[in-house]
Amino acid sequence: MENRILEIFMESFPNILLPGLTVTIPLTAVSFIFALIIATVTALVQFADIRILKQIARFYIWVIRGTPLLVQLFVVFYGLPNVGILIDPLPAAVLVFSINEGAYCAETIRAALESVPKGQMEAGLCVGMSWLQTVRRIILPQALRTAFPTLSNSLIAMVKDTSLAANITVTEMFMTTQRIVARTYEPLILYIEVGLIYLIFCTVLTKLQSVGEKRLGYYGRKVR
Amino acid sequence: MLSVKGLCKSFEGTEVLKGIDINVDKGDVIAVLGPSGSGKTTLLRCMNFLEEADSGSMVFDGKEYSFANVSKKEIGELRKKTGFVFQNYNLFANKTALQNVTEGLMIARKIPKAEAERIGRQALLKVGMSDRCDYYPSQLSGGQQQRVAIARAMASEPEIIYFDEPTSALDPELTGEVLAVMKSLADEGMTMIVVTHEMEFAKNVSNKVIFMENGVVVESGSSRDIFESPKEERTREFLRMTDF
Repeated sequence: MENRILEIFMESFPNILLPGLTVTIPLTAVSFIFALIIATVTALVQFADIRILKQIARFYIWVIRGTPLLVQLFVVFYGLPNVGILIDPLPAAVLVFSINEGAYCAETIRAALESVPKGQMEAGLCVGMSWLQTVRRIILPQALRTAFPTLSNSLIAMVKDTSLAANITVTEMFMTTQRIVARTYEPLILYIEVGLIYLIFCTVLTKLQSVGEKRLGYYGRKVR
Repeated sequence: MLSVKGLCKSFEGTEVLKGIDINVDKGDVIAVLGPSGSGKTTLLRCMNFLEEADSGSMVFDGKEYSFANVSKKEIGELRKKTGFVFQNYNLFANKTALQNVTEGLMIARKIPKAEAERIGRQALLKVGMSDRCDYYPSQLSGGQQQRVAIARAMASEPEIIYFDEPTSALDPELTGEVLAVMKSLADEGMTMIVVTHEMEFAKNVSNKVIFMENGVVVESGSSRDIFESPKEERTREFLRMTDF
């Protein structure tokens, strides 16, 4: 009995890890990069106080934060074909994760932008730079450093959220595990196993976060 | 060189500046004195468009600008000809001392990096900060930060530098080093408007004084006249209270 469980564990480990490396991680990485782009633009539009764009930004954040990620996945993958829009599982997942995470990260970046002292912008203007130049060179770099720990949080959350993509037939780690469970009928050990692999991924990210924070250096201020 | 006419500004219904007229000649070092809340800082900020004035106009280099409808482009042009030194320095926190100076040269004026760095090092040398080029603002004392800020303001060779209470955030020991830099700048013939509480500076370095209270210019004239024979009772009282 014990032997059988150990055997299943050892045998399934590479089979679960592989889609983790080839699907879960790329899906997270690509989605998060798109999310950061969406978030930065959404935050800047609000920071710049461009009236109509700001309203669009607030509407976007309101809708996305107010509806479940799973529902968003279903609307895009199972719903949109009704109006003739068919998207493959993986692109659909990237699309939904990017848009979803973008809304949350937009708030993080907006708060960070607003935390940069007003004098930084005034000084930029007074040395002759334009608003946009000052944002790009002075405000945004400082804001992104402030936002870094919170954005790391979002990234770690996203690694785990990608398991929801199993619901729209993306064969990532969790779906692979489900299939092995169906075959071997050992749900306890296998679900713990996939949980462990998620934990390993997130541990690596946590380490990367602290390395990143040290690297960023906080402009001469010591970071423990 | 520069004159302001009828500058008015109110914040939410409270009139802060009630028709200010000033005249600046090339090489003038003008001290703006007055009690707190008299509108000195607001005046300076309006002149560099950090605050939007309600009415009035400004002539700079023979060109007239209306405060109420000045274009972004005109504001940009004007700011490139001026320097501004803030009370709390406002050095770019993510840039070293040298980068603080070169940023405006490279980005706003498109001066090549090597040339900008040469100018930057020279400016830092002038304010006695050449050994701190690669330090971040957080690694510098207040007086050092303000000296870097002055280097930043003068590096682009502006026609005028505005100083907004440049020593108010510093303890007396550090105030001296900043005032010394300002004095050497004045000696070189830089045109400066200095909002300050440093009476010694107003008396001995500046050649003109503007005394403000409640949003109006109470009295203005040469430093000697203001300090030795002030005409207005309010000016006399202010000088008495500050022991001058």
